[in-house]
Amino acid sequence: MAESDNIVAETAEKIFADLADAQTINRDTKGEWKAPLWQALTEAGLPLSWVSEDCGGSGASLAEGFSVLSAAGRFAIAVPLAETMLAGWLLSQGKIASPDGEMTVVPASPKDKITLNADGSLSGKARSVPFAKAAKHFAVLASDAKGSVSIALVDAAKCRIEAGLGLGGDDSDTVTLDKVQPAELKPAPKGFDQTRLMLMGGVARSLQIAGALESLLEISVRYSNERVAFEKKISKFQAVQHNLARLAGESAAALAAATSAADAVANTKEFNDEVFLEAAAAKIRCAEAAEKGGGIAHQVHGAIGFTSEHILHRYSLRALAWRDDFGSESYWAVELGKLVCDRGADELWPLVASR
Amino acid sequence: MTAALRFDPIRLPEKCEQLRKEVRAFLAEEIAAGTFDPHKPNREDTDVPEFSRKVGAKGWLGMTWPKQYGGHERSFLERYVVTEEMRVANAPTRRFFVADRQSGPVLLKYAPEHIKMDILPRICRGEVCFAIGMSEPNSGSDLFAAKTRATKTDGGYLINGTKIWTSSAHIADYMIAIFRTSPSTKENRRHGLTQFLVKMKQPGIQVNPISQITGQKEFNEVVFTDFFVPDDHVLGEIDGAWKQATSELAYERSGPERFLETYYVLTELVRAVGNNPDTRSAEGIGRLVAQVHTMRRMSVSVAGMLQAGKEPVVEASIVKDIGTVWEQQLPHRVRDLAAFVEETATNRETLEKQLDFAIKTAPKLTIQGGTTEVLRGIIARGLGLR
Ligand SMILES: Cc1cc2nc3c(=O)[nH]c(=O)nc-3n(C[C@H](O)[C@H](O)[C@H](O)COP(=O)(O)OP(=O)(O)OC[C@H]3O[C@@H](n4cnc5c(N)ncnc54)[C@H](O)[C@@H]3O)c2cc1C
Repeated sequence: MAESDNIVAETAEKIFADLADAQTINRDTKGEWKAPLWQALTEAGLPLSWVSEDCGGSGASLAEGFSVLSAAGRFAIAVPLAETMLAGWLLSQGKIASPDGEMTVVPASPKDKITLNADGSLSGKARSVPFAKAAKHFAVLASDAKGSVSIALVDAAKCRIEAGLGLGGDDSDTVTLDKVQPAELKPAPKGFDQTRLMLMGGVARSLQIAGALESLLEISVRYSNERVAFEKKISKFQAVQHNLARLAGESAAALAAATSAADAVANTKEFNDEVFLEAAAAKIRCAEAAEKGGGIAHQVHGAIGFTSEHILHRYSLRALAWRDDFGSESYWAVELGKLVCDRGADELWPLVASR
Repeated sequence: MTAALRFDPIRLPEKCEQLRKEVRAFLAEEIAAGTFDPHKPNREDTDVPEFSRKVGAKGWLGMTWPKQYGGHERSFLERYVVTEEMRVANAPTRRFFVADRQSGPVLLKYAPEHIKMDILPRICRGEVCFAIGMSEPNSGSDLFAAKTRATKTDGGYLINGTKIWTSSAHIADYMIAIFRTSPSTKENRRHGLTQFLVKMKQPGIQVNPISQITGQKEFNEVVFTDFFVPDDHVLGEIDGAWKQATSELAYERSGPERFLETYYVLTELVRAVGNNPDTRSAEGIGRLVAQVHTMRRMSVSVAGMLQAGKEPVVEASIVKDIGTVWEQQLPHRVRDLAAFVEETATNRETLEKQLDFAIKTAPKLTIQGGTTEVLRGIIARGLGLR
């Protein structure tokens, strides 16, 4: 899945390479690259990859969509592609057709709750929602006083949006719903809850982080083979080689964790402890890899990598920012730890070995 | 990309899960019978020859080898399952593990037919123990500086010199060793070493156990004085052992034994913490579980590559590098968390004893089988840096 091994991912790769090259984007301070990119992605049906054809989507498999996200990570794509894909997926869980245009999911953090009021309206606040300002619609997960879970399509114009900026420079906004009437509202399927949404979002972010790390490794290796210091390429210094070997290790760990979780989610019939382990572990390990690997990539680049002109930050800061969406690594570590303790010591190895 | 790393999410097939059940049932029986204590880490001083023979009788040695040599023609993934279940149960595998993982495959590739027919079936029955003779007093990481000489004589070679840090040499029946058959050349400093099969417990060979910081005597000094090795015990190409030794190490590098050696402390921590953890314990445990899960997924992925006939040298080195660093840190992280465990936790004493032992073993984990620094050199080469 790391490489484009399906036509959907290949299409995505080609569009990213043509229209979202990091150098071009970095030079374009006005963001003029965004509209043509989004248009090309839309024409290729990618934002609605996970929506069936009869609901207006392109009906790609979960696995195909996941490999689009890996590629999006490798290009550090800064348009709401992952978010629209997730929103479309969430809506189709409630058998709600997806509208055209940019979307995102609300809430985007396990701590935020949206309530379904008795009159069918929605209330609540969701922080750090990626690309809320850019979205035309929100896919909302809400629960009522009794705890029943519903999925809603909400017109973004009906909500209050306070613009924010995430660590990576992408929109990360606060969305307030004050008795907003949804355009559509459906009960969520049995067993579907906010944890599932967060884990799905977490797997998406894990793949993006792993992709960004692949690029961080690639550009760091390339740079070390170009930069000369003390009359030799810095790649010839053992200390630099060892740093890059460690970066390769972190990149490999992120890739392994993320692709394994994606594979687990794509092939699961029942969202059990084992799938929870895969998804939570991926978010935890990829976030750790982003911290360690990103640090090394910057170290190898020296001062040049600290400039806004250089493309390095497009990957490094985004990888760091993605750690926080849909539950941070500390959040999931607590949840996973609780699950492990609840099952007891003798069930730990059987759980790990089950995957 | 210079080195496109891929770690495909290989899943263990159903027959592996069936096998896993058999291995667990067998280990449970052995534990119940008192053959070994699962709460005692794989103590090298607990040598249990009967256990080896029982494992052999189960068909779990030489699993991937051809049937004509007593092997079972099963997959690397099946072998993987057996290895990890043994490791996690702290089973006494020392006696057979090196032969099964490393020495057997070397013989399969390089030994003459009559030796294969003689030794391989005995390995499969769990009857023989192997040692690896690479390191010498002045050549560890720099394997190609080895000096122990093999001098040609009638019908064979005479060996003079010393090997060191040789695990299990005190109980081994055979050693696969590299000796110098000619000087290295200017063009190739790796030239001139040859791999030999050495029959232990013969005149001319003296094994001196070396005590370790754990109190165990698991590795040794092995002194050769005019020790005779017959011609048909040469393995592979004369003067060309460097090619063979490096490919042998690939097998040594990515298995479950490379990240599970101190795993037992994590299980005992979970037991001591109980089923209602505070936030700090829950977070600590969650992170460690996420890490071991990821390591394992990487290791399974490499086993899948071996099964597919690939030579994942860089990937295997990465797994060994981050796996051994992880298993080295694990006891220290568990110790951090254990500071908050109730005094009255039922297994507190077991946990403390295990932590003592694990913390003592930890320093070796990034040294044995190729140091972290040497591995990172291999990874760097794979990345196109050298
Ligand atoms: C428990 C245990 C069991 C062992 N069992 C066996 C066995 O069965 N058979 C066997 O043959 N050997 C065995 N060894 C030996 C092991 O393979 C060596 O210890 C290892 O290869 C390192 O060699 P050394 O100890 O001579 O250290 P040195 O080579 O002297 O290295 C010392 C330090 O310098 C670093 N260093 C050396 N060269 C470089 C370099 N070029 N670049 C960067 N850093 C470098 C090393 O990484 C290390 O940190 C065992 C070791 C241990 C601890």
